[in-house]
Amino acid sequence: MAGSTSSGAPAAARAGATRVGKSVFGPDEMRRALTRIGHEILERTDGAGDVVLLGIPTRGVPLARRLAERLAETEGVRVPVGSLDITLYRDDLRLRPARTLGRTEVPGSGIDGQVVVLVDDVLFSGRTVRAALDALGDIGRPRAVQLAVLVDRGHRELPIRPDYVGKNLPTAKREVVRVLLTETDGQDCVTLARLGEEDR
Amino acid sequence: MNRHLISAADLSLVDAVAILDTAEELARLAERPIPKLPTLRGRTVVNLFYEDSTRTRISFEAAAKRLSADVINFSAKGSSVAKGESLKDTALTLQAMGADAVVIRHSASGAPHRLARWIRGSVVNAGDGTHEHPTQALLDAFTMRRRLGRLDGLRVSIVGDILHSRVARSNVWLLRTLGAKVTLVAPPTLLPVAVDGWPCSVSYDLTSVLPGSDVVMMLRVQHERMSDAYFPSVREYRRRYGLDSDRMALLPDHAIVMHPGPMNRGVEIAAEVADSPRSTIVEQVTNGVAVRMAVLYLLLSGSREPDEPAVADDAELVTAGGLTGTAERWQIKP
Repeated sequence: MAGSTSSGAPAAARAGATRVGKSVFGPDEMRRALTRIGHEILERTDGAGDVVLLGIPTRGVPLARRLAERLAETEGVRVPVGSLDITLYRDDLRLRPARTLGRTEVPGSGIDGQVVVLVDDVLFSGRTVRAALDALGDIGRPRAVQLAVLVDRGHRELPIRPDYVGKNLPTAKREVVRVLLTETDGQDCVTLARLGEEDR
Repeated sequence: MNRHLISAADLSLVDAVAILDTAEELARLAERPIPKLPTLRGRTVVNLFYEDSTRTRISFEAAAKRLSADVINFSAKGSSVAKGESLKDTALTLQAMGADAVVIRHSASGAPHRLARWIRGSVVNAGDGTHEHPTQALLDAFTMRRRLGRLDGLRVSIVGDILHSRVARSNVWLLRTLGAKVTLVAPPTLLPVAVDGWPCSVSYDLTSVLPGSDVVMMLRVQHERMSDAYFPSVREYRRRYGLDSDRMALLPDHAIVMHPGPMNRGVEIAAEVADSPRSTIVEQVTNGVAVRMAVLYLLLSGSREPDEPAVADDAELVTAGGLTGTAERWQIKP
């Protein structure tokens, strides 16, 4: 393990993770939802000419890549894809043990004057997105910022709303939503479990 | 991760790799137009320096400021230490001011260890006597990993004044943890008595060691710590243990030359070696900020276990003895 280049390895550890809770969203539905979001992005941004997709680690990053593939398939536009780690901007750093950092990779073209679409797997309290907006401010000044999420589970604690939603999933606060992706977990699905059924 | 960073020997492989990986991400952020991060806003870091230092103090200050911590610099000169205040009283003053972390450099080995028992915040050892300098070892390991892509199995030769070098001690322990093979090269007079117990090999002959080294780390001859004659003359030391371009040519093509600084050009390292593309000396300084940011982030950002006693029991304080004298007077067993 010594000398391993970086922290991109949790995928391996979690790959093949047993599915806990019931599946509420299968691979076919996920594929269709991403295709629809792709179309919506093209529609809302007039062909996605100045769009930059920034995924929020861990699972926002592969989702952003998939969306970029959809845009390329549908209209042949090559949209820059990057990642935006928000760990250092969180407002709950003092409440939990120190977290490992994810990777921030801004495409070479930068984000100034572009339309940044933030991509994440689950939208919950909105605090991650708040942190992401702060992080963006230190990188540049986009013309507009939009938000795409695979699952919106409600219970917002901040005035934040998504522009593109894969699935609205009504949940109780005690429930745990997990998005599994082939790239990180070996399968595509969204599960819903009661707190305590899996440790988190 | 522990609450303090006092010795590189305390770091587990997981902790050490976590620090290096975190530093890797932080180093990338330094290239942004606004390299400042809000992470440690409202936290106070005190730089408590009882010994002269340029790069370490500035490096810690830059690291803390990039993470938005408030920094208070304290140097023994011009403070109440000159009036005879003990380390403990200084520590309690800092505690009362609410320091979340104290970065300490002290001429007495073990001073950070003592300090850690007196204050509630985290203690980071920035060099104590001839004991350890863990953040230097971490930035050295970080530089090796960046340049050579790995640490496991790397052959590292550390050359020079091992006896007085806290950098060498920290490097030996950390590199052992990270899987590198360390060889110490020095005249017998500049090796510690108990060096056989260290997890490394020892050689007296630099020329024979160089062809099998991926990294050669030159150490400064610490004249200020030398009260006896450890070698006949600077010229003779240079001839046997100095790195000039002829000796550098013996290294494998990929090998790098490191130096923790400050350098004595023309003594342990020739100017043309220090300025060659193989030398990582300037890079080490740059990497130092990222590594110290990683250490401060990992020590300070997380939650703290509720109410650990800050001051140790009385028995401990009694054994410390002589607490009323100046900090320099009291001695600690390693």
